[in-house]
Amino acid sequence: MSLLEEATLPVPKAPVTPGLEPFWAALAEGELKLPFSRVTGELVWYPRAADARGPADLEWRTASGRGVVYSVTVVRRPAGEYRDSGPYALAYVTLEEGVRVLTHVIGIPPEDVRIGMPVRAVVAEGADGAVLLRFRPVEEGA
Amino acid sequence: MSGIRGGAYIVGAYEHPERKITGSSVPQVLAEVVSGALADAGLSAEDVDGWFGSSEQPGLGGLSMLEYLGLTNVRHVEDTESGGASYPTHVGHATAAIMAGRCDVAVVAMGGLPRSLPPHRSVPGPEDPFETPYGISPVALYALAAARHMHEYGTTSAQLAEVKVAASLHAQHNPAALLRTPVTVDEVLDSPLIADPLHRLDCCVTTDGGGAVVVVSPAVAAQLPGHKVKVLGQAEAVKPAGAAVDATYTAAVWSGPRAFAEAGVKPGDVDYASIYDSFTITVLMLLEDLGFCAKGEGGRFVADGGLLAHTGKLAVNTDGGGLCNNHPDSRGGMVKIIEAVRQLRGTANPPVQLPDVQIALVQGIGKAIGSRHYSSTLLLGQEDS
Repeated sequence: MSLLEEATLPVPKAPVTPGLEPFWAALAEGELKLPFSRVTGELVWYPRAADARGPADLEWRTASGRGVVYSVTVVRRPAGEYRDSGPYALAYVTLEEGVRVLTHVIGIPPEDVRIGMPVRAVVAEGADGAVLLRFRPVEEGA
Repeated sequence: MSGIRGGAYIVGAYEHPERKITGSSVPQVLAEVVSGALADAGLSAEDVDGWFGSSEQPGLGGLSMLEYLGLTNVRHVEDTESGGASYPTHVGHATAAIMAGRCDVAVVAMGGLPRSLPPHRSVPGPEDPFETPYGISPVALYALAAARHMHEYGTTSAQLAEVKVAASLHAQHNPAALLRTPVTVDEVLDSPLIADPLHRLDCCVTTDGGGAVVVVSPAVAAQLPGHKVKVLGQAEAVKPAGAAVDATYTAAVWSGPRAFAEAGVKPGDVDYASIYDSFTITVLMLLEDLGFCAKGEGGRFVADGGLLAHTGKLAVNTDGGGLCNNHPDSRGGMVKIIEAVRQLRGTANPPVQLPDVQIALVQGIGKAIGSRHYSSTLLLGQEDS
């Protein structure tokens, strides 16, 4: 099932780092894929193609998209590309796979986002095709 | 012998007196603070043979600034960048360099004009694609730490506000402070939210200016008439955001114990503390991580005037700190050193000068405690400590 949806907030274009193209290519297809090192077996977050032990030899595995809000703030004075977007919820979300990602929680008023809230991944797509991983609260009974 | 205890002395310190500067440049500010610190020490530009600066120096670091400043006898240069934690680290590194015989008179200096000059944009880090598109800011990253600390430990906005209240009560006695009017807990809570749970008055000031200190060998110090402050210990640490950031503690959990061990003192021995106060939450978490109170007890420690000179549990930031006095170039570490030196010399503003300060602590932070950051802990003492 594609996670793609029309963006409700600006989607700044993220520079694609060499070696991490599969992350962005998957998002563009509406999929969240996470990088696992074939060397250590660990999920590498933030994604990087190498470290002091050498190349990470990444394997990209589809994630469940399920997570829980670890912390959240309402950014009341948006700046840059968010200047005109109104307050938004900046959050750390702990993914089921164990890593904690910096992201937005959308779909409810930002001040209603709570620590511990179950969320699911969506891929926000901007008008120019830029994509960004965001999260929405899991609907009751879902 | 290991460690830097007693390897050098701070003999000069100078805080730029202005908070809003027009018609100047960063090199001019550096020239003012360096000449001011050298005059305070009773030394001259020709005596300087060690230089410690950070990335706010225009041009190629020390290379550009030493020429501008006319410091022609420098034989040891360090341009180590640790954000606001740079300067306590520089004092430790200067002491180590002096002990290694690489210099005898080191200047640590910083300056900036953030109110008029836009911050320079550094080359994006490898983490940027996964963070910057979300519209992050320093206050938002600190707010994420504050929100989680509240969730885990029951810390309240009113407790955070107490940190600002104490700073303001100190700043009223500082003629140079940007904000000199005392504020109440309610005034902090009634100020606009910037990034929940942090209000406008939970945030430090943005000021122009800077400062410098002069660190010298024991042999040079012995020839100088002024009050000498002994370097007792220093340690730095880095905390990555990591795969699953824990935003409830800082890298001071590592830099603190190592600095205390090097200095041979304990938190209970500290008479005065300059604690980095980019935001109120910064102070609260650092007090826990340095061992002034148990983890999670920071809110109760700062409550009821806990940080006030004379009457509190620990006198913190008696100049008014970054929250009220000065946070030049958005890098508070230098001013933190200078107020600790004043307390040891007995030259703090009289109403906040503590009696008989033997040991002072300086705690710096670089970047954001809710994400990756530097910590640097410096311990200073009297000449005979």
